[in-house]
Amino acid sequence: MISPASTLTIALRALRANKMRSSLTMLGIIIGVAAVIAMLSIGAAARQRIADEINSMGSNLLIVFSGSTSSGGARMGTGTDPTISLEDVEAMLRECPSVLDAAPMHSGSAQIVYGNRNWSTGIIGTTASVLHINAWEMLHGRAFTPQDERYSAKVCLLGMTVADELFGAIDPVGRIVRIKHVPFRVLGVLKPKGQSMTGQDQDDVVYVPITTAQRKLFGGTLPGMVRFVMVKATGLHALDQAEQEIVALLRHRHRIGPGQTDDFTVRNLTQMMQIAITLANIMTILLGAIASISLLVGGIGIMNIMLVSVTERTREIGIRIAVGAKTWDIRLQFIMEAMTLSLIGGLIGIVLGQAGSIGLCMAAGLPVHVSAAGIALSFGFSAAVGIFFGYYPAHKASLLNPIDALRYE
Amino acid sequence: MTAPVDATSHLINLRTVSKEYAMGDNRIRALDDVSLTIARGEFVSVMGPSGSGKSTLMNIIGCLDTPSAGSYRLDGQDVGRLGRDELARIRNRTIGFVFQGFNLLARTSALENVALPLLYSGSRAEERYSRAREALATVGLADREHHHPNQLSGGQQQRVTIARAIVNQAPVILADEPTGNLDSATGIEIMNLFVRLNREAGITVIVVTHEREIAQYGRRLIKFRDGRIVSDAELAP
Repeated sequence: MISPASTLTIALRALRANKMRSSLTMLGIIIGVAAVIAMLSIGAAARQRIADEINSMGSNLLIVFSGSTSSGGARMGTGTDPTISLEDVEAMLRECPSVLDAAPMHSGSAQIVYGNRNWSTGIIGTTASVLHINAWEMLHGRAFTPQDERYSAKVCLLGMTVADELFGAIDPVGRIVRIKHVPFRVLGVLKPKGQSMTGQDQDDVVYVPITTAQRKLFGGTLPGMVRFVMVKATGLHALDQAEQEIVALLRHRHRIGPGQTDDFTVRNLTQMMQIAITLANIMTILLGAIASISLLVGGIGIMNIMLVSVTERTREIGIRIAVGAKTWDIRLQFIMEAMTLSLIGGLIGIVLGQAGSIGLCMAAGLPVHVSAAGIALSFGFSAAVGIFFGYYPAHKASLLNPIDALRYE
Repeated sequence: MTAPVDATSHLINLRTVSKEYAMGDNRIRALDDVSLTIARGEFVSVMGPSGSGKSTLMNIIGCLDTPSAGSYRLDGQDVGRLGRDELARIRNRTIGFVFQGFNLLARTSALENVALPLLYSGSRAEERYSRAREALATVGLADREHHHPNQLSGGQQQRVTIARAIVNQAPVILADEPTGNLDSATGIEIMNLFVRLNREAGITVIVVTHEREIAQYGRRLIKFRDGRIVSDAELAP
């Protein structure tokens, strides 16, 4: 039996003898593998992005919006007319066993001023629970205490963007800013979180205690009410249970009789994210499948060229068989040729596909993702393509009748 | 004449060998009940018009083909029973082919061409090339080892083929019209090379030809017609 190294040498020589043809055949595999790699990496990047989003938002979340009102037949949308009170939030924490934590949220926007600088941003009145629920940590300083909330202390936490805009290089902790002319002391700065999935800057935010927001900033018509409540359930599987408990509790507390519509809305964010992940997976599979088709076409290209090559080299095969090449010697020679084509093509394709996907991810603002499994898979797949599509031509070559092959012109 | 004492001592032993081909609706009997023995060290010329079956005979002796009927023993082994790969092994070890059209690998150096049978017998690279160099030196082409076939004259190409035939120390050279593509002076050189290999290395040489002058180099002449041996005689030296 001929050694694999010698077979490889013969294969390389045969491929070099037809450089143009070999490179064009390889191009089919290059495009196929590059497409598969690019699609898998972009899909993985999108999935990663959504997963990051879920983690940054905090997991097992529900949002309870204050109900919408109708004003002369025009429905005003959720949160327009606060129907949920701070007492409702306390009751949720007390009476719903599936609720781990809940943070009332009352928001508005205002100009925030420090010295000669000012910045317009979203001001959210809430409790320290929001940090726990959103899995958010402090970068500098400390969060509010229950005391701050009880006494409507004029203290605030700054998002990174706000801190940068107002203070630049100065440490904001302990300094006084003005919101709607009310002086607030900066307690701390939140860790940067980046963009949300919808492209919003999550760091462009100021947190103040809920009672402070209600009494000193956005009093409105119904003091003591909140626009929405962020709720963290005790676990992923407790989300539905928590939703049912909250709905029952609020309907009871708001005295909503059977058949009447809720004056609040519960949204399950995690479910929405799960759907987004499922969609991303489906997209990845779909794009991967389309890319695989081009790899398949590349493989058929290899088979085609190998068949041509076997016919052209009938005489060479005849000579080899006459001087003692066995069936598998010939078969391996041609399989090796096909595999060399597909593996070199595969390697180039992996490099191009990875480079392309990195470029696309950077352009689309997705996290750059190098999938080792995808690379290994493509490499294995291109080897398999070589063997699969090289086998039939190789088999055909190995079964040639040497007498006819030697006479072949 | 050549009286076989013991059949097993013969290198080549064909008994009532026939070969039939299907050609369209007809069956062509290329070999018809041929019995033939050739001893080690003989130099045999096989003559006959085209279509006489001499090429079929060569293919069977060379293990490129198997008989339809009858038995063929090569070096004591019944070749008719062997499979494709076992026949390949016998061709590799026992038979050296020399063809009219040379049949060298194009774009491949003389050295690599000569080393080809050793590649399929599994020899290591150093051994392959040192033995191929020896064989090239034997045929007088030591200085041409890196030339490709298209850089060599017809006579030189045929000598490369002969080097390939002897590189694996095969006891038999089968030459099918070895001078058919050569001018007569070069043809004489090639035939003298066969004579030398036969005398000095004891290689059994079988030459198929339709030229009387070429056949004269052998010491035994077998004439073929219509798939049968019509005469088998020693030639005067």
